[in-house]
Amino acid sequence: MFKILKKEELSDAVTLFEIEAKDIAKKAKAGNFFVLKIDEQGERIPLTIADFDRERGTITTIFQKMGKTTHQLGALSEGDALSDVIGPLGMHSHIEKFGKVVCVGGGVGIAPIYPIARALKEAGNTVISIIGARSKNLIFWEDKMREVSDELIIVTDDGSHGRKAVVTVPLDELLRDDDIQLVYAIGPAIMMKFVSKTTEKYQVKTIVSLNSIMVDATGMCGACRVEVGGETKFACVDGPEFEGHKVDFDLLMSRQRMYIDEEKLAMERYKNKMGVQ
Amino acid sequence: MREQEPLVRAKNFMEVPYGYSPEEAEAEASRCLNCLKPSCRQGCPVSVDIPSFIKLVKEGRFVEAAWKIKEENALPAVCGRVCPQESQCESLCILGKKSTPVAIGNLERFVADYERENGEVQIPEKPKPSGRKVAIIGSGPGGLTCAADLIKEGHQVTLFEALHKPGGVLIYGIPEFRLPKVIVEKEVDYIKKQGVEVVTNAFVGKLYEIDELLNEKGFDACFIATGAGLPVFMGIPGENLNGIYSANEFLTRANLMKAYLFPEYDTPIKRGKKVAVLGGGNVAMDSARVALRLGAEKVYLIYRRSEAEMPARKAEIHHAHEEGIEFMLLTNPVRYIDDGKGNVCGIECIKMELGEPDASGRRKPVPVKGSEFQIEIDVAIPAIGTRSNQFLTSTMSDLSLNKRGYIIADHETGMTSKPGVFAGGDIVTGAATVILAMGAGRKAARGINEYLKWKFWDTSKLAR
Repeated sequence: MFKILKKEELSDAVTLFEIEAKDIAKKAKAGNFFVLKIDEQGERIPLTIADFDRERGTITTIFQKMGKTTHQLGALSEGDALSDVIGPLGMHSHIEKFGKVVCVGGGVGIAPIYPIARALKEAGNTVISIIGARSKNLIFWEDKMREVSDELIIVTDDGSHGRKAVVTVPLDELLRDDDIQLVYAIGPAIMMKFVSKTTEKYQVKTIVSLNSIMVDATGMCGACRVEVGGETKFACVDGPEFEGHKVDFDLLMSRQRMYIDEEKLAMERYKNKMGVQ
Repeated sequence: MREQEPLVRAKNFMEVPYGYSPEEAEAEASRCLNCLKPSCRQGCPVSVDIPSFIKLVKEGRFVEAAWKIKEENALPAVCGRVCPQESQCESLCILGKKSTPVAIGNLERFVADYERENGEVQIPEKPKPSGRKVAIIGSGPGGLTCAADLIKEGHQVTLFEALHKPGGVLIYGIPEFRLPKVIVEKEVDYIKKQGVEVVTNAFVGKLYEIDELLNEKGFDACFIATGAGLPVFMGIPGENLNGIYSANEFLTRANLMKAYLFPEYDTPIKRGKKVAVLGGGNVAMDSARVALRLGAEKVYLIYRRSEAEMPARKAEIHHAHEEGIEFMLLTNPVRYIDDGKGNVCGIECIKMELGEPDASGRRKPVPVKGSEFQIEIDVAIPAIGTRSNQFLTSTMSDLSLNKRGYIIADHETGMTSKPGVFAGGDIVTGAATVILAMGAGRKAARGINEYLKWKFWDTSKLAR
């Protein structure tokens, strides 16, 4: 069993957990993810490792309450335990001194972009970060991002915090004016798609982290297959990071919707059971 | 053996055969001639003393019969159900020359079930500790067998499993109706009770490296039994459409995650109305029969050769026919058809004919020009094999692999090119059977035991 040591509500929809997982914390690197399963009946879901503390033996994850499993997860409290936590999974980020880099985090994607921005900063890069969400209440870790960035740009769709824009607007401006070596973008597939389209114009290498549906997440099942440069890849072991210009995002989004009906059914059932709206 | 009626069982996940009654078992055992030179035993990859256990069944001493098997085979309830007996022990039974061979597999299954159900499972006495530690990577049939053998020698054994449940293919791959999961759980319990430590959720290569286990965590030897690994897709257009599952994924969802109980269990699975399964092995049969039990109206089994060439167990082919799976033989898929919304809605196939024998000795299927046709489907399951999972091996630069990415190991001892590291089962041979993996686990246990005594590393017999 894996104990939840700390729970923090970052917003109405976004929750942070610090989970006791000593061995995973020891090995985790920026870019890795993990899989959790709440209980016997639970499904295996991949979540990002947003941070880790090797000394305390904890990993930090941030998730948005979307479907049944994430709602059930959000209802757990400090001291509760998860039946299974598997990680670290996936290839970690390739970090070196590139020069000037832009890190884009959208929605809960702010969580996984944080350790990458930190690692890039530690490697001597100039880091400009753009974080964005629908509105102010979905933005979190502004301070943490500021700490690891030379410049932090905040955008919201409704203008309730920072600039009223989508992330690609300030990104385009940066690419136009500055000598950017690399862009890292993590967020909803649609955001990563448009970030990649934007950077392609300027031929700036762009790394995205793909959040496809997974089961075992160790390369065994192929549920997470994505097309990159016309080839089928498994996001769990070949990724989750790929070069954005080569990714077929439309296929990714289509595959993410595969169980939309089942997700609805599971959510309805959960709401009825819990007596919530 | 009595079985559930085909049309009834095709709608449930309960086991197909009911198993023998004690009377039926004794009657079947009485058919054994107790040959002076029994050849059945030579057909068994783990050399179970078949004549002796059958004799005990004949005498009604069922529990002792189970113990007799367990001298050589740690997983009799599993093997009685999933071994290809018709090409092993039973193929060599002298009775088979004139009529039907003794149903050795059914008898093995009966005594193992009898022992378990009557609570007479015997835990062997703990041997004197050797002071040696062995790590086994992978808790499938090879890893379980190796663990069971090594614990008897007094070694401290830790079994690392990447998934959340031990058992490997016995848990994620083979369906409930062919191998009830409670049986696997009991077999794993039996090994645990003998002192084997089982660590789940441990993806070795990521969470721990092999060198770390050997150098820092105090293990004297490692046995890599990680199985076959990555699913193979055909590489035809449309393969990534929604509704197309690798057999590994389809079976893992259904078996390990119990998606057939969705929404009681959280993992979903597409319940196709018209399902195409591609392939002719046991995994294809399992996938087809699971699809049927999930409520499919029509399940096509598409295979490019003829039924005679199918590698599946005869009993599974027979069961699949009985349950109404439609065999489309000498047929090969060419492409999948998109419904315009990202879901598969059809498959285009081409007719094949058998040409000259190929490298495998089987006649090579060749396409018949202009014979393309389409069928309507909403789920497709390619079950055409696996390739090596190089995840763990890629973290070990000093381990030799063959050109297909499988580990090069001595077939008698499991020794690899890296001192202290043994390997066996599908990660060495490529996809094979449960019993062959068990045989490899047993040989590696012997190899490891010898190595722990002498610490001598002999790589002269590595098959290249």
